[in-house]
Amino acid sequence: MTIPDDYLQYARRRYGMDHDRYDWSMLSARKPVAWPNAARVALWVVPALEWFPLDMQGKPFKPPGAMQTAYPDLRHYTLRDYGNRVGIFRIMQALERHGIRASVAVNAAVAIRYPSLLKACVARHWEVIANGQDMDHLHHGGLAQETEKALVANTLQTLRAASGQPVRGWLSPAKSESAATLDLLREAGVDYVCDWVNDDMPYPMRAAGGTLHAMPHPVDIDDYTILVQNHHTEDDFRDQLCDQFDVLYRESQTQGGRVMAISLHPWVIGQPYRIRALEEALAHIMGHAGVWAATGSEILDAWTAAQPS
Amino acid sequence: MRDPGLYDYLAYDQRPRIRWPGGARVAFWVAPNIEFYEIDPPRNPARAAWARPTPDVLNYSYRDYGNRVGFMRLFEAMERCSMRGSVSLNVAVCEHHPEVIRACADAGWEFYSHGTYNTRYLMGMTEAQERLVIQDSIDTIHKHTGQKLDGWLAPALTYTDNTLDLVAEMGLSYVCDLFHDDQPGPVKVKRGRLTSVPYSLEMNDVIVYNVNLVSPRRYADILKRQFDRLYAEGEHSGTVMCIPLHPYLVGQPYRMAAFEEALSYITGHDGVWLATGREIAQHFNDHYYDAFATASLPVGEAP
Repeated sequence: MTIPDDYLQYARRRYGMDHDRYDWSMLSARKPVAWPNAARVALWVVPALEWFPLDMQGKPFKPPGAMQTAYPDLRHYTLRDYGNRVGIFRIMQALERHGIRASVAVNAAVAIRYPSLLKACVARHWEVIANGQDMDHLHHGGLAQETEKALVANTLQTLRAASGQPVRGWLSPAKSESAATLDLLREAGVDYVCDWVNDDMPYPMRAAGGTLHAMPHPVDIDDYTILVQNHHTEDDFRDQLCDQFDVLYRESQTQGGRVMAISLHPWVIGQPYRIRALEEALAHIMGHAGVWAATGSEILDAWTAAQPS
Repeated sequence: MRDPGLYDYLAYDQRPRIRWPGGARVAFWVAPNIEFYEIDPPRNPARAAWARPTPDVLNYSYRDYGNRVGFMRLFEAMERCSMRGSVSLNVAVCEHHPEVIRACADAGWEFYSHGTYNTRYLMGMTEAQERLVIQDSIDTIHKHTGQKLDGWLAPALTYTDNTLDLVAEMGLSYVCDLFHDDQPGPVKVKRGRLTSVPYSLEMNDVIVYNVNLVSPRRYADILKRQFDRLYAEGEHSGTVMCIPLHPYLVGQPYRMAAFEEALSYITGHDGVWLATGREIAQHFNDHYYDAFATASLPVGEAP
C-alpha cells in the first residue's frame, strides 16, 4: 500500500469551509435574533410520516428504520405502519393539549396511500414538509441528475396537490443528499432544507437558483436515535429533551432567540409505553414563559425578518 | 511486529512515588479535539473517510456543529470552571477557523497536534511523507499561536510503525496515543525522550456517546466515578485524569449541563492540579522519567 504524494496536498485549506454551499460562521459571533412577541425559544415539532416498501432495496445504504429480515419482513413493515395508523394520533393529542402545530415531514407515498391522514394533518393547520418519495428513494451521488430532478418534482407535486400548501420545507429521506440536491430543491421552489445538523439556528445556503436555508433539525436527539438506537429509557428521553430546552432557554437570555426542534417518528414515540415521555417534556417546555410553538416556515420567516439588511 | 515495543513493564504498586505540584493528588487535564473533517478528501487505501457516499451531508455537518456551535458552549463552561484546555488540533483549523484558535490562545490553552485533518490518515505513508505531516504541524501551530509543539495524538488514531519514533526525533516531548496506564511513563523510541501522558478512551465522549451510546447524565456519573477513584489513589502517588472531548458531541445542548456539573465537581476539589498535557509531561520528565525508566523491567520475548 502506498500513498500518492498528492495525499499531502490540500487544495481547499483556506479560510472558511472546504466547499461553497454555506459560509463559515460561529453562532456566538452572530447578531442575536429577536423572535416575535419577545419569545425566547421557538419550539419546532417535526414528526415524520414514513413509508418503507416491503421490497425495499436499501440503495446505496439502508436508511434508519429499513426492513431487516429476509423478504417478506412483515414485522418491520407493519411496525413502521403502526406510526401512520396509531402513533401519529397520540402525537396529535399530545400537541393539541398545548396548542402546538407540528411541521410534519411526509413521504409522498404516504399522501397517496393514506390521503385521510394527510387531511387530518392539514385540518390541524400543521405545515407539510416534503420528505421525499418514500424511504427507499434516497437522494445520493449515484443518481442521474434527471432521475433526482424527477424525484424532487414528483414528490413536491404530490404533496402540494394533496395539502393545498406551498410546501416550502424539505427533509431528504435519511438526510441523504447528492451534490446537486440543494440546486434541484431551490429550482423547485423549496425555501428550507432539514438535512444539515451543524447549527442551532437557520442559516443561508447557496444553490444554483438562489438562496435557500438550512433549518436546525437534529439527528442525535430524536426518538429513533435515543430510544431505538441507544436503548435509553423513556424517562431518559424525557430528561434529554428537558435538558436540551433548559440550556437553550438559558442561552436565550443573553444570546438571542433560539430554536428547539424535536424530531419524532410516530412508530417510535407513538407506542403506548413511550408517549408519556413526550407529554412530560412538552409540559416542562410549555410551562416556561416565552416559548413560541411555531412551524418551520414561521420560524424561518421570523428569522429572515430579523436579519440585518 | 507482534509487540510495538514501546514500553517496559512497571507494576502499579512498584513505582517511584509521584508528587504533583502543590501536593495535588490528581493531575487533571481536559483535551478538546478541535477538528476539521473534509467533505471530499482523497481516499486513503486503508480507510474511507465517510460511512455514506459523498457527500455525506449528515456526518459532515454533524462534525461541523462542533466548530460552529459546540466549541463556544464548551469554552464557556470551561471558563466558568477556571479550566484551561489542551487542544488536540487538526492544524488546518488554524487556516479554516482562526476565530476558534484565537479564543483558545487568548485563554492560555495549549495546542498539540492531532494531524492536519481528521480525514487524512497516516497508515501507508513513507517515513518522508510522515515527516512532512509532523513538520506541517510544528510549523502551523507555531505560526498561528506562537507555541512550540510538544504533544501528539495521531489523526483519527492512525499510525505507521514509525510514528512515535518520528514524533520524538522531531522534538515533541509527549504522546497521548497509548492507553496502558493511569500515570505518565517513558516511551521507548529510537531517538529523543518521549513521555506517554494518559489520555483516555473510556472517558472520551466519542467512545461514550458514539460507541457505548450512553446518556448525558450517565456520562457525568462515569466521569465522577473515574475521578473519585483516581483522587483516592492519588493520596499515595499522583495520578492523571484526562477528559478527551469533541465539541460536536459534548457541546450539544442536551449534553452540556450534565458535563458541566461533572467538570465543576472535579475542579471544585482541593488537591487537584488543573493542568495541561504539556505541564504534566514536563513535570514528569523533570522529576520521574529517569526513575521510572530505571525501575521498569524488560519485557520477555513472546513465544
